[in-house]
Amino acid sequence: MIVFVAFLLFLGIGFDVFYIGDGELTFPIGSLTALGVGSVSALTSYYSGDRAVLLSTGAVPLDRAISTATSDDDTLKIRQFDNVVEEMSIAAGLPKPRVYIVPDTDPNAFATGRDAEHASIAVTRGLLDAVNRDELQGVVAHELSHVRNLDIRLMTVIAAMVGAIALLSDWTGRGLHRASSGRGGRDRDNGKGGAAGIILFVLWVIAIVLAPIIGQTLAMLVSRRREYLADASGAELTRNPIALANALEKIEQAHAPTTSVKRGTAHLCIADPLGRAVGLRQGWLPDLLASHPPMANRIAALKQMAYHG
Amino acid sequence: MEIWILLAIVAVLVFWAIGLYNRLVGLRNQVLNGWRQIDVQLKRRHDLIPNLVNTVRGAMEFERDTLTQVMEARARAVSATGPADAARKEGELTQALGRLFALAENYPTLRSNENVKMLQEELTSTENKVGFARQFYNDIATKFNTAQQTFPSNMFASMLGFKPAELFEITDAGERQVPAVDLSMRK
Repeated sequence: MIVFVAFLLFLGIGFDVFYIGDGELTFPIGSLTALGVGSVSALTSYYSGDRAVLLSTGAVPLDRAISTATSDDDTLKIRQFDNVVEEMSIAAGLPKPRVYIVPDTDPNAFATGRDAEHASIAVTRGLLDAVNRDELQGVVAHELSHVRNLDIRLMTVIAAMVGAIALLSDWTGRGLHRASSGRGGRDRDNGKGGAAGIILFVLWVIAIVLAPIIGQTLAMLVSRRREYLADASGAELTRNPIALANALEKIEQAHAPTTSVKRGTAHLCIADPLGRAVGLRQGWLPDLLASHPPMANRIAALKQMAYHG
Repeated sequence: MEIWILLAIVAVLVFWAIGLYNRLVGLRNQVLNGWRQIDVQLKRRHDLIPNLVNTVRGAMEFERDTLTQVMEARARAVSATGPADAARKEGELTQALGRLFALAENYPTLRSNENVKMLQEELTSTENKVGFARQFYNDIATKFNTAQQTFPSNMFASMLGFKPAELFEITDAGERQVPAVDLSMRK
């Protein structure tokens, strides 16, 4: 998180100093504008994001899911899910979130909403069919922990910063292009800062070119940390880490992509819905690009909790 | 000069005391709310039991004793007075229900009956809710007690009129025991 702010500051101040201010530190108009634009888009998603997410996944509210249930067993499963959500919100001391079912056969679950009062939890049909009651409890506890830890708010703020970084990079990219084709040429004779200034300038140019990738990587880093945290605090709620570990194993076995969940919601799901191969392997590349830590690591961490607890 | 330093120290202390007081009041209310949540769930359980007994009565005619025991345990739990008494009687009710469910396994018609399954799910869930409500109560009561008993709050907490909250414990020896499991299949 701090790294994130520092990175944005570096880019933003660099933008203002080298690009607008001709090497002088003036009022940081460029970075503030970028942050403003990023924030507006993030705020929009903050207040209406949950509805958009639920709509895009085709999630069905619980009572409608019950009235369209095809068999008594179906009704029982859905009712059980509703009960489990209520149990876990009692355990967490939170108001009960709204409950949705996504008609998708791949097992997955996600939570959305800006705080505990406006939270929704959704699971796929596939999950209800795949896991038993205890495992479902573990999954719901994980999702409720995202709500309790305010991860949704956190990821929104981060989305705003990623947006701002991308904007800065975009503007500079155009500016540099113009400069090199001889029409702008602003940064040609601003060698006022001496050698140190030039080194900083070069570093900044490299950073700004790589900015969108770095921003995304940092966002994923935060996302993975919060996954571990949600696993751990979920286990604190159920006092049953093994059940969550078992559920994760079952979810992993069916690692087909959850087609109804789009990329933007990935970090809210219990398992990477895109079914990307990187999510299953270990190594530096998946470590950089995945929204979720490798399943094996999460399961190992949960099992360790069980043996120490 | 000295008077100002003294005043500043007093002001800091007063602000700290106000903060402490408000935090403790907040925690105390959460503790009370947690306690009431347990009651709500117990009440729900009492309401569900007659339904269950009526649904299974026809098929389980031969287990009249068990059914009566459940209803009696329920009646005792409803009329319990005070937390300790309630805890003991709720424990007895839990055991009676456990016996009923174990016996119901012997009746294939009951096992496949959707109504019974649904009621069983509701009761399981209520049992869980009672358990989680107790867990939450204990967590928040521990937090409340820790806030009172750590230094330096411990010097002022009782002066401000706060008492440590009692934790919920299993008072019934039977409930603490691991149930004996008999897998020899003999009747």
